[in-house]
Amino acid sequence: MTMFPIIRRTDRILVQGLTGSQGSFWTERMLETGTQIVAGVSPKRAGETHLGLPIFASARAALAGMPVDIAVMFIPPAAVRDAALDAIEAGVRGLVVLTEHVPTHDMLTIFARAAAADCRIVGPNTAGLVTPGEAFVGIMPGHNTNVFQPGRIGVISRSGSLGTLICLNLTRAGFGQSSFIGIGGDPMIGTTTEDALRALDQDPRTDAVVLVGEIGGSMEETAATYAATMTKPVVSFIAGRAAPEGKRMGHAGAIVAGNAGSYAGKRAALEAAGVTVVDTPRVIADALSARLPIYAHDTA
Amino acid sequence: MNLLEHDAKTLILGPAGIKLLDSVLCRDADEAAIAVERLGPSVIKAQVPTGKRGKAGGIRVAESPAQAREVAQSILGMAISGHRVGAVLVETCAPIAREFYAAILHAPRERASLVLFAAEGGMDIEELAATRPDAIRRHLVTSPDRFDTADATAMLDGLELGDAAPAIADILVRLYRRYRETDAELIEINPLAQLNDGKLVALDCKFTLDDAAAFRQTSLAAVAQADPATSLETEGAALGLKYIELDGSVGILANGAGLTMTTMDVVRHYGGRPANFLEIGGDAYTKAEPALALLLKNPRVRALVVNFCGAFARTDVMARGVAEAWNRLKPDVPVFFSVHGTGEDEAVALVRRELGVDPFDFMEDAVCAAIEAAQ
Repeated sequence: MTMFPIIRRTDRILVQGLTGSQGSFWTERMLETGTQIVAGVSPKRAGETHLGLPIFASARAALAGMPVDIAVMFIPPAAVRDAALDAIEAGVRGLVVLTEHVPTHDMLTIFARAAAADCRIVGPNTAGLVTPGEAFVGIMPGHNTNVFQPGRIGVISRSGSLGTLICLNLTRAGFGQSSFIGIGGDPMIGTTTEDALRALDQDPRTDAVVLVGEIGGSMEETAATYAATMTKPVVSFIAGRAAPEGKRMGHAGAIVAGNAGSYAGKRAALEAAGVTVVDTPRVIADALSARLPIYAHDTA
Repeated sequence: MNLLEHDAKTLILGPAGIKLLDSVLCRDADEAAIAVERLGPSVIKAQVPTGKRGKAGGIRVAESPAQAREVAQSILGMAISGHRVGAVLVETCAPIAREFYAAILHAPRERASLVLFAAEGGMDIEELAATRPDAIRRHLVTSPDRFDTADATAMLDGLELGDAAPAIADILVRLYRRYRETDAELIEINPLAQLNDGKLVALDCKFTLDDAAAFRQTSLAAVAQADPATSLETEGAALGLKYIELDGSVGILANGAGLTMTTMDVVRHYGGRPANFLEIGGDAYTKAEPALALLLKNPRVRALVVNFCGAFARTDVMARGVAEAWNRLKPDVPVFFSVHGTGEDEAVALVRRELGVDPFDFMEDAVCAAIEAAQ
């Protein structure tokens, strides 16, 4: 039984676009960490073996011959819709869409089909999922033990680079991670901050959660409502406090219009829900120590 | 990316069979006078891709050709929210019986689309939502290929639209089809007017194209209006880099939107002022060299923070780009590094070897050093 969006070594993974340069590079990293990758999809290389894995023409062809739980896509934006629908129709339980700049109307089609097929989507524009020492899917340095160490802190981030920095700081402070959930930087995503928070709240291996948010949208505010019901401590950093209003800061989701999606609004909502909100990434570990006295680490 | 009213009407609404009043796009005052001579009393509207045109004085009525010349003269060349007015739309006046509001847009939280209709048009929809929320009808389209006449009719039920209801339902269905076909983020008709003769016409139209779909909406993307940009921002866009010029003195080069925003936040937190937003995440991580060259063209930059945290983006590739740009340009500003994640060991060695500086263990320390150096 998969815990998706928490990734486990027992999850059987299909890599769509495995034979491309990025697909190959990251599949090797995923395999190094022990991720159970069972096959790849690449229409032009169907029937071949790549990195020791069988390559199929489609997700449907792959799933006809073997059980698969999760598909992860190394697919360019214009081809995401067809590849995603192929994986959903083939019957995967979860789909990780790493691609940035997928047309939103394609995502609308994908989300509707996924909902009908009871398939959970993570992303688009996510850096992926990491369970340190166990498995990872995506484009995170999940194989880098300076950044990721097994432990009991769950981490949620819209951003891959910032998520990496946060996990690195946690590891340096002696806090390993139970799981990293990259939810993606787009405004419309399959697994929201609240969904990820709920998954980590229900995960028996997670003692506390670090929620890395960003300005724009209303996901942090919605997640705050759920956080208020949790007994596990939540510490948060929200990026974009210094961002000027009305400018898109790279992530399509990170834009403040009027009061909607503002730093102040998110911080107030989270603090009202009992979440500790910190000013800089470096002090997240201190805030965790304060909320989890039993860990009491020296963060010097 | 937004379309001008004129483009939105002719490229989006026209092909959908939604009726428009006679109008002429004019680039100078003489053209406007000639247009009014033909059309009679008209509304002269500034063509800029932003709202609040009326409040800014960009929409005025002209009764005669002489008045049209005068009005067009005053509107052309105006700046509205940073956009210079290069053209006006001269649109004939028609007797209006009633005004409505119609829009379709993305609903991110519901992973769906939202069709909006209000029996009162002409005003700002946020204002209407605040004062008369019951006047707005909402229909969430969760199955993106299904919004039909029955759905539209159901959503209009009880609004007392009289015999206009079937025609309005038809317009909503056409508009939704167009929204899907054109990769719209937003289509808004405000107002949708019922004329004295009963005919329904779109008096204004806003259209926002999904940037990510520009590759397949090439004719729309070609006429879409860019946001006002500084010359360096335009240069950045041409290089495929997201660059935003700010007014501070600490230059920032980081990978990924989240990390870049965080670096800006930390600069502000410690009392400094960021000179820019510039991220080279995603596929752009190979563009560190042109990115740095661009950043250094801003004369306000007095110190530089390079903050890399490699996930997909390899820090060794980015650090090499920075070193190459640095050795080529030999800028007279101090640079402070923080480098972690994918490719870290090689990147740190390269920065030490090529630039003779030691990266900081914490980005906060690199930022504080840069703030001090910039003073």
